[in-house]
Amino acid sequence: MEIIRKGPYIMESKKAYLFVTCLVDNFFPQVAESAVCVLRRLGIEVEFVEGQTCCGQPAFNSGFWQDARTVAKRFLSVFDREKDGFIVCPSGSCASMVRIFYRELFEEGDKEYGSAVNISKRVYEFSEYIVNVLKETDVGAFYKGRVAYHGSCHLIRELGIREEPIRLIRSVRGIDFVEMKNYDVCCGFGGTFSVKFPELSAAIVEDKIQSIVESGADTLVSTDMGCLMHIGGIISRRNLPIRVMHIAELLASR
Amino acid sequence: MEIRKLNFKKNSVRALGDKTLQQALHYTTERFTSARERAKREFGELDNLREKAREIKRRTIENLDDYLEILEENVCKAGGKVYWAEDAKGAVDTVLDIARKNRVKLVVKSKSMATEEIELNRAIEGEGIDVVETDLGEYIIQLANERPSHIIAPAIHKTKDEIARLFSEKLKIPYYKEPELLVGAIRERLRATFLRADMGVTGVNFAVAETGTIIIVENEGNARFVTTVPRVHVAIMGIEKVIPSFKDAAVFLSILARSATGQKMSSYVSFITGPRRNGEIDGPEQFHLIIMDNGRTRVLGSEETRETLYCIRCGACLNACPVYRKAGGHSYGWVYSGPIGAILTPQLIGMDRALELPFASTLCGACREVCPVKINIPKILIGLRRRAVENGFHKNVKEHLAMRIWRFVVSHTGVYDILTSLLYVLQHPFKSDGKLRSLPLFSQWTRYRDLPVLKIPFRKRWKRLTVNRGPRG
Repeated sequence: MEIIRKGPYIMESKKAYLFVTCLVDNFFPQVAESAVCVLRRLGIEVEFVEGQTCCGQPAFNSGFWQDARTVAKRFLSVFDREKDGFIVCPSGSCASMVRIFYRELFEEGDKEYGSAVNISKRVYEFSEYIVNVLKETDVGAFYKGRVAYHGSCHLIRELGIREEPIRLIRSVRGIDFVEMKNYDVCCGFGGTFSVKFPELSAAIVEDKIQSIVESGADTLVSTDMGCLMHIGGIISRRNLPIRVMHIAELLASR
Repeated sequence: MEIRKLNFKKNSVRALGDKTLQQALHYTTERFTSARERAKREFGELDNLREKAREIKRRTIENLDDYLEILEENVCKAGGKVYWAEDAKGAVDTVLDIARKNRVKLVVKSKSMATEEIELNRAIEGEGIDVVETDLGEYIIQLANERPSHIIAPAIHKTKDEIARLFSEKLKIPYYKEPELLVGAIRERLRATFLRADMGVTGVNFAVAETGTIIIVENEGNARFVTTVPRVHVAIMGIEKVIPSFKDAAVFLSILARSATGQKMSSYVSFITGPRRNGEIDGPEQFHLIIMDNGRTRVLGSEETRETLYCIRCGACLNACPVYRKAGGHSYGWVYSGPIGAILTPQLIGMDRALELPFASTLCGACREVCPVKINIPKILIGLRRRAVENGFHKNVKEHLAMRIWRFVVSHTGVYDILTSLLYVLQHPFKSDGKLRSLPLFSQWTRYRDLPVLKIPFRKRWKRLTVNRGPRG
């Protein structure tokens, strides 16, 4: 985490630009609202850069790099308007796309490479930002419920963020945090995998559902709405008495 | 090699419907995974050694031609013979040639993925020579006429009962319910076979360049039999199996078994340098080493995917992979399965035949996390997907069109706003209970799960939030 300790960014740590992600923007706007609420509670000045749409991950992961590049260039130009300050994203997956994979998408020598490197250093996943940059774990939230945590693949294995969300969840007052077996195993979403191989995707999530039920939780929290849309879609179809919730929503509740 | 298209999706759907297979997969992968985790806890050095091993592989693969020449020189010095095979046919022909020259009637084999890759058994049988697999798992699938479904446990798709029935039917032995009795009966059978065999065929786990030694790792002692009793020993290796020195071997031997089965060390590790020397009692009269390319130099030529060749075939990625754990090995259609199969197969047999494989992954990264040489499998999968699209193998018109439309929409804020507003209105007739239970064009999603409804997007709500207080205070 050397970028936190040096460089100009620490100076601007009271300001955060929201990178809402297309999924949250259109399907789960309450997640971004909650993120705004939590960040403001922590004294952060939250900005929303107009004109943001998608980071390009669906095309990148599907092999359509030219399309991904077009969309990524646009993302860079939108966020490059502000030269510094953290870009905070309520998704480990979209944050990985910008932080890790933009450097694959653009090569040294490309016009966008400098901008991609600059922005990749500024992008933080929401819980990572709170714990590692703001050094906060107790955000003054209150929630009554038995909560299990699902760790998203990109958050854990691309960004290396394992403990941060758990520390945040444990600090919520009134909460009964339950350990869930295989919390870090994939839920089977996998972006377009979920519609290209729906049978496998549905079979994989079965194990996750079983772990959730066995944990006795009434609420499942994660950092990524992709996973939660998939897991929650099954829970909803079967009317299971489990609520799925983004970590920002949990932290906003009081 | 039979050229046909692999059909992963169809195979995997069939596998999902096979209850016995699902249980077997769950049981075995779970057992291997927890054994590896235990080994990792008990042996704190594992992660350091993985980094070391990766560095050795990187160095070796970057200078592969040099190390292979050193290996050849030292194998010859030790009295062995070295052959270079460009493809499967070359390797097979070499084996058959050696067999003919030595009037071989019976070949015994130990477990080897390389010989599976070239379908050696079929070719040997075609010559009228008997060939018997002596690794228990391989013996099972040989009798069942199947392919391995796991790199280190080839018969994990079979239950005890199926195996007992298979043996009693094919070998005319009693049906044994108890595995110990069954194994005892097979051992007796195999022992007699070993003593009659003229030629032993093995794979190679590591080939040490500096001494010309091949290393074979196993748990049943059968490979030691195969390499000591028959008068001729033929070992077949892919070009990537060479390592520079004995010191390097120590690193790999410390991580291979731990990654594969959680053992500290495999029960038998054989170091073989040339044939029997004057005055020695054991060992073959001849030692032949076939070094095989079979598509590997193509992998070597691509900087993006080169590290595929670092693989030491431990199988850890299979056990960790959520897709493999459901689809099983046979779904992958060729000899290599799981994450490593998904990246190796298209590169070895061609993207046109294995197009689905790079796409059949959630990119969860569990494979990379357990890989003893830290191969970045997700990155290679994405690279192969890109190759499939850009080189015209991926011909799904609907997806190409969808990507174009998506790109256009998300690149134009005005269009994006109009389209999402339109969909917001259009979704109303499909809503039930605040969600979408079925939706045209989205049936692959809604077959199994509900879809959330589109909301008034955040970008339109933001203005209301700009007063500096949160939505909920």
